[in-house]
Amino acid sequence: MRTQITVQRFNPDRTPEHFVSNYSIECDRGTTLLSALLHIKNQIDGTLTFRASCRAAICGSCLMQVNGVQKLACRVSLHEELETRGRLEIGPMANMLVIKDMVVELASFWKKIKAITPYVVADEGAASGAPTRQRAQQAAPLQNIHEELHNADGCIMCAACLSACATFEVSPGFLGPAALAKAYRFVVDPRDKVRQDRLMMLQEDHGIWDCVRCNFCVSVCPKEVAPMEQIVRLRRLSIAAGLNESVEAAHITQFTKVVGEEGRLNETRLPVLMLWGHWRKLFRMIPLAIKMFLRGKAPFPFKRPKGYKQVQAIFKSRTDRNR
Amino acid sequence: MKYAYYPGCAAKGATPELHQATLKVVERLGIEIVEIDNFNCCGAGVITEADPDLAYLLNAKTLAAAEALGLDIMTVCGTCQGTLGGINKVLQTDETLRNRINVSLKEATGLAYNGTVAVKHLQWILVQDYGLDTLKRAVVLPLNKLAIAPFYGCYILRPASAVRFDNWENPQSLEKLIKALGAEPVLYDGRTKCCGFPVFLEKEEIALGMVGSRVAEAKGQGANAMVTPCPLCHMSLDIYQERSGEKIEIAPGQDRKMNMPILHLPQLLGLALGFTAKELGMKHHFVSTASIDDRLEGK
Repeated sequence: MRTQITVQRFNPDRTPEHFVSNYSIECDRGTTLLSALLHIKNQIDGTLTFRASCRAAICGSCLMQVNGVQKLACRVSLHEELETRGRLEIGPMANMLVIKDMVVELASFWKKIKAITPYVVADEGAASGAPTRQRAQQAAPLQNIHEELHNADGCIMCAACLSACATFEVSPGFLGPAALAKAYRFVVDPRDKVRQDRLMMLQEDHGIWDCVRCNFCVSVCPKEVAPMEQIVRLRRLSIAAGLNESVEAAHITQFTKVVGEEGRLNETRLPVLMLWGHWRKLFRMIPLAIKMFLRGKAPFPFKRPKGYKQVQAIFKSRTDRNR
Repeated sequence: MKYAYYPGCAAKGATPELHQATLKVVERLGIEIVEIDNFNCCGAGVITEADPDLAYLLNAKTLAAAEALGLDIMTVCGTCQGTLGGINKVLQTDETLRNRINVSLKEATGLAYNGTVAVKHLQWILVQDYGLDTLKRAVVLPLNKLAIAPFYGCYILRPASAVRFDNWENPQSLEKLIKALGAEPVLYDGRTKCCGFPVFLEKEEIALGMVGSRVAEAKGQGANAMVTPCPLCHMSLDIYQERSGEKIEIAPGQDRKMNMPILHLPQLLGLALGFTAKELGMKHHFVSTASIDDRLEGK
């Protein structure tokens, strides 16, 4: 069957403006977007530019936007895409600087990966960069690491998650899903000796607490790394490691406390508990709190609904167990 | 047509207008609901961050309560739908986990969940169970003077493993509902993106950036109002809209105030069913909805 592919183009050598090219190609059930693009480059338009290598979702090079979603071109079946979306609109991945056509600047992505120290630091002295020898006994604790990793080591660094990330779109300094999933991978590695330093570094601005849990990274990842879930694990590990003083950590601990006591979330009480001690932030909330009260949007902060014995029993069973 | 109604904390707290509008709309449409007694919080994904088993237990209790009533659950909150619906799916498919959770649940509450309940947002119930044609027949005031920007929010769409109703890449159920009510759906990129609500208290800059860009984009595409199936998105887009104006790019001389009315899905339905703004609780909103009334009255 014949179909049309619409491609968002950019070639600063030719024109400073973005432009669109349409290509008509033959495709059958097995045609992937990458094979179509290679055909176009070889037979129709040699100026069309994109990155590609393995053709098998291993190298992570051919990430682009397909009908507005970040996908590896080698994994996209033209037939399926046409069936679900009815069109084929291709462009460079979102939120990145475009160099030419589908080729984007990835230096900022690699900088984020480097920022989390993406290697095992076997002893603190080795953090200086000197290589250390792997010893036989070090392999023993690795026998069960597979479960602990939750596939965080499956990343092929295609940058789909960063490009789709809702926080990165408005805050380019955010470390982003791929780097944070990688950070998790090293935090749970039993050979690593700087776990606490890693967790402390991740508390800073642009770290684990900037994630809005929108699930975009989980949805676009071609390798089921589920970066957001690794970020959630890092948050849990941080609190367990005593890093629980921040407003961000208090969001989790105080939310849970309020539900444990009242059965439901009390939207007036939670902000007060979260910001207690952070006086400037709490003070700044007052005008909003008054406005919400006047609009009938602020529930009474000391409400204790009756009938929550079962919820309290559930909480008690968990506290007893954790103790 | 009867469901166990799970309002969620927001509809009984900071967005009382959602509960108010829901009751009006389901009664008019003839959808029977029974509110789950002493319903508890779903955890909104936050309790999962503290203790995943605790989140399983809290939601298993809700599911067991609906199972005892012999009813499927109706939610009106995208976040509850994602959390309760997502956990339901896990408990239904992972029998080992369900058995383990049931042991603790039984110990603490005497309840157990057998995995027979479906969790459906009102949005899905209307499209799938109630039917768009039936809905169209119930419309007394077609909203044909309104261009409405659908705002899905995250948890009613993603992760895809938990949600099978809409394709998250190109959801259509809100668009179908908007059309059934006679209004015109507005297409814009931000419709499936995040509202920023989860980080408002801790990372205000990020959240305001998200609100500003969603509302400005919808306005740029000609929307008269935005509609959302999630009360947390509603709070973000409504309460913080004025302040998010600092974050948007504007042409010289253009006003930073966007004045975009934000409606809960049941409020939009309610307007088409002939209820007034007052009956639908719109006085609780921060951004005035008067411009919608004016349009509908042809002013």
